[in-house]
Amino acid sequence: MALLEVNNLEVSFGLRSGGVKALRDINFKLDRGERIGVVGESGAGKSVLGFSILNLISNPGSITGGEILFEGKNLSKLSASELRSVRGNRISMIFQDPMMTLNPVLTIGEQMVECLLAHRKIRKEDARNIALQKLKQVYIPSPETRLDQYPHELSGGMRQRIVIAIGLLMDPDIIIADEPTTALDVTIQAEIMELMLELCERNNVALILITHDLGVVSQVTQRTIVMYAGRIIEQGPTKEIINDAQHPYTQGLMNALPQMAVPGARLNQIRGAMPALQRIPTGCAFSPRCDYTTETCRHTLPGFTESGNCLVACHMVAEMKREAAQVASLAQEVKG
Amino acid sequence: MIAFLIKRTLQAMVVMFVISLISFSIQDNLGDPLRELVGVSVSEVEREKLRDDLGLNDPFLVQYGRFAANALHGDLGTSYFFKEPALDVILKKLPATLELVFGATLIIVVLSVPLGVYSAIKPGSLLSRLVMGLSIVGISIPVFLTAIGLIYLFSIELGWMPSYGRGETSAMLGWDSGLFTADGLHHLILPSFTLASIMLPLFIRLIRAEMMEVLQSEYVKFAWAKGISPWRIYFVHALKNTMLPVITVGGVQIGTMVAYTILTETVFQWPGMGFLFLEAVNRVDTPLIVAYLIVVGAIFVVTNTLVDLIYGLVNPTVKLAGGK
Repeated sequence: MALLEVNNLEVSFGLRSGGVKALRDINFKLDRGERIGVVGESGAGKSVLGFSILNLISNPGSITGGEILFEGKNLSKLSASELRSVRGNRISMIFQDPMMTLNPVLTIGEQMVECLLAHRKIRKEDARNIALQKLKQVYIPSPETRLDQYPHELSGGMRQRIVIAIGLLMDPDIIIADEPTTALDVTIQAEIMELMLELCERNNVALILITHDLGVVSQVTQRTIVMYAGRIIEQGPTKEIINDAQHPYTQGLMNALPQMAVPGARLNQIRGAMPALQRIPTGCAFSPRCDYTTETCRHTLPGFTESGNCLVACHMVAEMKREAAQVASLAQEVKG
Repeated sequence: MIAFLIKRTLQAMVVMFVISLISFSIQDNLGDPLRELVGVSVSEVEREKLRDDLGLNDPFLVQYGRFAANALHGDLGTSYFFKEPALDVILKKLPATLELVFGATLIIVVLSVPLGVYSAIKPGSLLSRLVMGLSIVGISIPVFLTAIGLIYLFSIELGWMPSYGRGETSAMLGWDSGLFTADGLHHLILPSFTLASIMLPLFIRLIRAEMMEVLQSEYVKFAWAKGISPWRIYFVHALKNTMLPVITVGGVQIGTMVAYTILTETVFQWPGMGFLFLEAVNRVDTPLIVAYLIVVGAIFVVTNTLVDLIYGLVNPTVKLAGGK
């Protein structure tokens, strides 16, 4: 049994202008110790996905369908107190901006100890010792002093280390990291990513890494989920997705990487922009921006096609493959 | 800390200088004190002589210089009506006013925090909407009307509350106070509620608005993700941050409330500074008026300094320093 299994998850936001679906037909599995990357443009629903796992979507959003099975328990059906015993304990989260995640009026120590006391019946001094130990694990210099300091006394990278230490406090099974390096200095980004990878490997923690950075995904994760307009459009082993993306959107994302462009030339981009959630086209949501669009794409929502070890939501996968094979054989002929 | 206090003391001196200049300069525009002082039977020659004796014919700067020099020695002039030092007259009335302000502040603190927090956590509930609706009414009704309404309802119709005066007082630590007698407390209730009625809705709305904003913040979301109890999130994580701006506004408002006591004290015949001030205006008792303005100014300066001190203690990101 997978550690986490998400089936047909649907998340909606009830707005005055009617409800919009921020997530549709989300299906994926996460095994113990597995690291999975979630990529996509801004607004694709990556963060909503991360928050919905712990049922942390704030009003007016809510989970309107499907199930999130964690060790067989459906998280979306748990009572508030049962959910609390999972949050921060079995599954913890790391947020995007360490400048905003820590409460400015509480000391680091208070913010760590309270989490331990919420989940375990231990004395304050013991909790403090565990906190200290976790701070050492994330390589914070002079951790004893840090416990009594306030967040504003520390740098961004340091604060993100503390957020990670808080995430590790209860030795969770899963960490959901929502763009943990986006708000950091480039030089710090690599350090933090390396630290997270090391900690996940050492403690056998599963990781859901939500990010824009395909480079990070390729270094850290084993599997990748590509999202577009609230749906997963492609998922599979990271290596295959990076090297041989099947969905035209994923291909577009890969081509948009700066290293893919000819030096000195304009960078590649996917034309157009992602549709607003209220105005998602019928059929394939990507069809207005896609080079391979056919009539079918405009009218029917593509189901998932297996392609290698990947699942791809595209009508044209077979077509594109055939085309690629033709090109390859043509190239062969030209050579021969 | 000490540097902060020194800096604030210097600032306070400048502020007090400006206040004294302004309050002294308006005395010429309040009417002729002689009319109240001597009555109609005194001849113009005698009046002129009296004006000379009182120094009222001197140029403004000379008058102000004399006033300031005396003020530095703690003498703010002598009340024409009471024939006593104006400062003494006011300080005698100060306890009554401070009691009133204390009562109102207590009501505001005790009611605004829970109501504000509740209506921020449950904005859609019936109670929240009721509180919000009533607070609009509270802000809109002038103080004197609230006072008259309360007197009508609780003193005349129901007969539960006394309608005027301070009631019985007892001396406690050299402070002649109504806080320690049942009768004094009984008399304090209606005026305190009246005085609180202007500020209470303001504070409920302020706390609600701040709290709602804080509840949307990332660190509150993160606290939820840590799995800690809602009680701790609301009252430790959120409320502490909510109170920072509220403390700042609150300090200014406590000062303002001292000024608002004029209306409340007048309606309830409360023997405090505000009531005294209104009488002084009627009698054109200029030294008393000037002294009142200066005392109220000083109260403002002191409360604001105290608020800054408290703010520095509550907010760890603020260090009280004498400058960069």
